[in-house]
Amino acid sequence: MRITELFQRDEFVLTAEVGPPKGVELDHLIKDAHEYLKTRVHALNVTDNQSSVMRTGSLATCKVLKDEGLLPIFQITCRDRNRIALQSDVLSAALLGIENLLLLTGDYTTLGDHPQAKPVFDLDSVSLIHAVKRLEEGFDLAGNAVDGAPPKFAKGAVVSPCSDSVDVQLAKMEAKVKAGCEYFQTQGVYEPEKFIKFMEQAKQFGVPVQLGLIIPKNVGMCRYMNANVAGVHVPDDMIEELKADKEKTKAGDTGVEICARLIRECKDYCQGVHIMSLGWENRIPEILDMAGIAPIAK
Amino acid sequence: MLITQLKSKESIESLAVGKVVIINCHGCKEVYFPEHQADELQKELSDNKEVIQIITTDYICNPDNLKLQLKKHMDKINLADTILVFSCGVGIQTVAAQFEDKKVYSCCDTYQLPGFQGVTPLNVDCGQCGECYLNGTGGICPITACSKSLINGQCGGAKNGMCEVDKDMECGWERIYRKLEKLNKLDNMKYDAPKVRNFGNSKPE
Ligand code: SF4
Ligand code: SF4
Repeated sequence: MRITELFQRDEFVLTAEVGPPKGVELDHLIKDAHEYLKTRVHALNVTDNQSSVMRTGSLATCKVLKDEGLLPIFQITCRDRNRIALQSDVLSAALLGIENLLLLTGDYTTLGDHPQAKPVFDLDSVSLIHAVKRLEEGFDLAGNAVDGAPPKFAKGAVVSPCSDSVDVQLAKMEAKVKAGCEYFQTQGVYEPEKFIKFMEQAKQFGVPVQLGLIIPKNVGMCRYMNANVAGVHVPDDMIEELKADKEKTKAGDTGVEICARLIRECKDYCQGVHIMSLGWENRIPEILDMAGIAPIAK
Repeated sequence: MLITQLKSKESIESLAVGKVVIINCHGCKEVYFPEHQADELQKELSDNKEVIQIITTDYICNPDNLKLQLKKHMDKINLADTILVFSCGVGIQTVAAQFEDKKVYSCCDTYQLPGFQGVTPLNVDCGQCGECYLNGTGGICPITACSKSLINGQCGGAKNGMCEVDKDMECGWERIYRKLEKLNKLDNMKYDAPKVRNFGNSKPE
């Protein structure tokens, strides 16, 4: 199923991110997905060598999840493949019945564990969306016809609502919509006012947006994100709030509460939530319970 | 060695809006410049458009030299709506940086030839991409000013205006956006069609 169908039915679309390991042991990932995510989110994003760290591939992991009865979203970045490989992987996804895509430019190579690698960026997020749309129309980027029935996907992309240059981000968002993007997931949001203001401007594009959440595990992680992660800013009072967590040794409960609160505050302004738990999949059911979001009717 | 080729006559004509000043750079022998063709084209332009001055000079890639060379033409330049530059990508960027408020347009595409290149170790650079984008980006080169050489806008990696790859480097797309904002040309960001780079173009035909 394409998740665009859910948006069309006015469902509040819930997704969570899972990262393949460096290695082929997927048992843990599959077990967590069944235990914590299957009845709580509609689809699972599978990251593509996230943060430029080499891991098992997103497409293969998507296929494994699909065989497990879960709905995967294939994340594709432009960092490691040129347009030939990208289009080929998109067709491979169609072959394997993977119908949901999230199309990204990708982090730079030097940020990851193979800083020596050649950065590709032959295409970028906008031209990749365009390339997928062309394939859906029956042609590749070079204008050659694709044999047989063309594939059909739900084409997604990302945007940073809390970026310090949100006007530049909105311009890029518009380009993505024009290229054929059908839904957005956002970078992690900690400032509901900024998000709501962003949504007021983004509304004009008429494309559904899922609020992105990164579970704030502890103070150190928030400080790190503030210094290093683009488009993410954890306000001081939230960091204070998290400090209390450690005192009471509540082991992450505050982060969970914060996420639930963010959902409650932003829910009416967006069309879904995307949770990046960074290994804390087991906390996702609590977050959704606290936010008053019921399990998914299957 | 670089090679510059003229953009198509139609596209150059469409750039010549209002009062036009033309700057030719016959600077370094490391850059091949189609002198004769440029001459012809500029004659034609002068017949159809309001060309108020044609300047031929050298080493416009050097900001100090550029200032010096243009001194005696400043009365005309101040009147100009558009400055058309016939030079390699570095020269155009230097002119665009010098005249922040003017529409500075590139009339050449810069290609790369193997061998010696890069005679101007300055703070602007040309990647010799063969399909010069400067006319849509306010004279700031997306190929060299953006770490990922993106041509469709900013990635999600900029933080406080700096590039994700190098915290000491301003994000090129942030610079382009601000420059277009200043020139009242933000419409340039509203693409009708996504740009796809032609790497087959980085060598001359
Ligand atoms: S866009 Fe940049 S790299 Fe390409 S020709 Fe112009 S200045 Fe050179
Ligand atoms: S942060 Fe800016 S300069 Fe750096 S790669 Fe992204 S768009 Fe390019």
